Amino acid sequence: MNPLIERRALLRAGAIGATGLGLSGLFPAWAQSGSPGLLSTLPTLVGEDIHLKVAHSAFTVGGRTGHAVTVNGVLPAPLIRLKEGRTVRLHVENALDKDTSIHWHGMILPFQMDGVPGVSFPGIKPRTTFTHEFPVRQNGTYWYHSHSGLQEQQGHYGPIVIDPVEPDPVAWDREHVIVLSDWSFLHPHQLIHKLKQQGGYFNRQKQTLAGMLTGGPEERMRAPERAMWGGMRMDPTDIADVTAATYTYLVNGHGPRENWTGLFRPGERVRLRIINASAMTIFNFRIPGLPLTVVSADGQNVCPVEVDEFQIAVAETYDVIVQPAEDRAFTLVAESIDRSGLGRATLAPRMGMTAPVPSLRPRPTLSMKDMGMGGMDHGGMDMHDKSMAPPQVKVGVGVASIAMAPVDRTGDPGLGLDDVGHRVLTYRDLMSLTPNRDTRPPARTVEVHLTGNMERFMWSFDGQKFSEGVEPIRFELNERARVVLLNHSMMSHPIHLHGHFFEVVNGHAGSHPVKHTVNVLPGGRLAFDLTADAPGDWAFHCHLLLHMHAGMFRVVSIRPLAGDAA
Amino acid sequence: MKKLLVLLFATAAAPALAQHAGHHMPEPPPPVEAPADPHAGHDMADMPDMADMPAPASHAGHQPEISDPPVAGPSEAALGGPRNAADTLFDVEDMARARAGLRKEHGAITAWKLLVDRAEARVRDGRDGYAWDAQAWVGGDIDRLWVKTEGEASFGERPEAAEAQLLWSHALDPWFNLQAGVRYDIRPNPERAHLVIGVQGLAPYWFEVDGALFLSDKGELSARFEAEYDQRITQRLILQPRVEFDLAAQNVPERGIGSGLSKTEAGLRLRYEIVPEFAPYVGVEYGRAFGDTAGFARAAGERVGGWSLVAGVRTWF
Repeated sequence: MNPLIERRALLRAGAIGATGLGLSGLFPAWAQSGSPGLLSTLPTLVGEDIHLKVAHSAFTVGGRTGHAVTVNGVLPAPLIRLKEGRTVRLHVENALDKDTSIHWHGMILPFQMDGVPGVSFPGIKPRTTFTHEFPVRQNGTYWYHSHSGLQEQQGHYGPIVIDPVEPDPVAWDREHVIVLSDWSFLHPHQLIHKLKQQGGYFNRQKQTLAGMLTGGPEERMRAPERAMWGGMRMDPTDIADVTAATYTYLVNGHGPRENWTGLFRPGERVRLRIINASAMTIFNFRIPGLPLTVVSADGQNVCPVEVDEFQIAVAETYDVIVQPAEDRAFTLVAESIDRSGLGRATLAPRMGMTAPVPSLRPRPTLSMKDMGMGGMDHGGMDMHDKSMAPPQVKVGVGVASIAMAPVDRTGDPGLGLDDVGHRVLTYRDLMSLTPNRDTRPPARTVEVHLTGNMERFMWSFDGQKFSEGVEPIRFELNERARVVLLNHSMMSHPIHLHGHFFEVVNGHAGSHPVKHTVNVLPGGRLAFDLTADAPGDWAFHCHLLLHMHAGMFRVVSIRPLAGDAA
Repeated sequence: MKKLLVLLFATAAAPALAQHAGHHMPEPPPPVEAPADPHAGHDMADMPDMADMPAPASHAGHQPEISDPPVAGPSEAALGGPRNAADTLFDVEDMARARAGLRKEHGAITAWKLLVDRAEARVRDGRDGYAWDAQAWVGGDIDRLWVKTEGEASFGERPEAAEAQLLWSHALDPWFNLQAGVRYDIRPNPERAHLVIGVQGLAPYWFEVDGALFLSDKGELSARFEAEYDQRITQRLILQPRVEFDLAAQNVPERGIGSGLSKTEAGLRLRYEIVPEFAPYVGVEYGRAFGDTAGFARAAGERVGGWSLVAGVRTWF
């Protein structure tokens, strides 16, 4: 079948779009309460000159209004639709009274256009405009967000879709962009302040005596194991730092009650471009009743793989194809990893239709594997044994545990999804659709240890916060290296390297999935091969915003710069 | 499913890729021939040294994963060039300011907390009274300024005990802080100033502990140890056992303190966290003086020990 012919349906969808839907306000038009799907031109910023204005706004969800920092007055920010092969100029005007910035997440561009104050450029001062200009050298689903302060938590994020210059290998009749995020009426400085005062502050699903006596599904842990966790001063229910205790989970800026609705005609192939633009929330995504065929991860095409659910870490994107055949509504469920709440939206043939919203599943509990014990006998272990620490790790106040045997967890579906009774995506299911470009074997390994202390809410690489004055991680231009991430903490960390794609070593040599962000599970060891082909300085960090803010951040330096090669 | 996959992918042929797909699919392979997408991944057009990379033909077939190469530092070339790439393009002073901000924003957080652990009325045999125990800190992850105050009194009378401590706190490990500073006792009479050195933190099995040695301006040495534990009954209902031991190295008759174990307190408080920051509680407390301390109390016509019913509020900001 010719994909161009398939686009007839798209044109129909566009016609529906032109009729428009009445709601406006703070949502960009494409994220209004109902969307027929893209291709209506009004809601979207296109072209070679794109103007973005960062300013204060009010944002209302669940009947309550709070303060937001937005782009062009909408939350999420406008969809930027680019064309591969063109040069784009993104003019970012700062109407705040403090500095701002925009980082183009997943974009391959010159370092000075990457938008990280203090690394790629000085930042955008109040009442000034900075123009990011670069050729678009890729296609797929990406996003953009502030890299200044904690503005990202306040609404400063939006999607990017880049149409390919070649025919898209993925055929679809209609598409919807799905931006998942977390919203709090607390100021983000309040969030981090509470966590510094009490590490488990937002966890309202702790183990209790009553739970143990009644033996609910969340309380299966036996007393000796509870005692073992207690002996380590580790909480096996510490799944998410910030939870539904303060968050409302948003889909395209809509809370569960506002119920964003995307339309389809039964039988159509619908492409969902799912972006986790949260500050702190890893989601489990599913649509009960519809299998999800994953066709792209982090904007890069993968061999299609059909699943029923996937975990999407902060800053990851997945494109999936769904083909609802029936004339009924389906619920999109984005459940927070700790199951304290969910984001909800609807796919329906007509506005106003809804489907049942599943109740929250039991809160998962950390296991020995999450502790980095691998298959080891845990008798007499000491999770804070400095002699077990690799020499490059500074085991101090900020390191509460050292994993003795971190294991490859690319075959695991993510915390809490081992036994949900249906197919869940793992990194091992992902294979690049096209062969990996650089077939050179990596010449050296660079280890990065993910470390933390929940009690003081300290997070770091190699036991050192960025604020302590650490050296950059250095690569020679075009060198091929393997980066091994070892997670000594009890939390998942989505690690993002700016300005590059890398290949996740998952067993499919030659067809490793190509990503910009990888979620490293607790007690996990994840390797990626990197071609350091972008000269300059780049941010490298945990994409949980408050982990980054607490110190889990490095600069990656790639030299020589263009022009100063020998 | 297979049908869907056929539909998903267009028909252009790319033999190497098709072979690739046939050999690598984790699921049964789709009977499709997908087009090579030259734009997936890095566009390496501007990397001449990559042009003669091995062709993707080697990609077909099962390949073993390359095992990890040795851990090694960066090459000489990686160490060259300007220290900060952006300094070559932007105002150097602007960049220096931005870098200072970057560093501060990624780990240098100053926080504070005010905890009123106990603010309670005590109903007991004889004169009812009240007691308080509060502390506050401000600082970074390692070094903090710490203030503590505690005391007790009978209603309508001057406090039987009232003290304040001003401490510098330095983190020793992920859970414990070394604390040193001064303590001033307003009561009992006569007033005393002390030097303080102690350790406060979270012991294994989630016990909050605080132990300190005190050397007074009269050369008297004493010590205090406290421990408490939060047993969560439900998410909001918490039972807190608490013990305190006071010890002295010598008799201080004018203050009613005898050497050895001078005093203990043991309490059990049940609190309800309306919000984590605000929790009213009820409980019982048993306090008793020992040895010469008890003797001094008897001589002064005071109680040696006894039970109290307590009701109060635990709160923090």
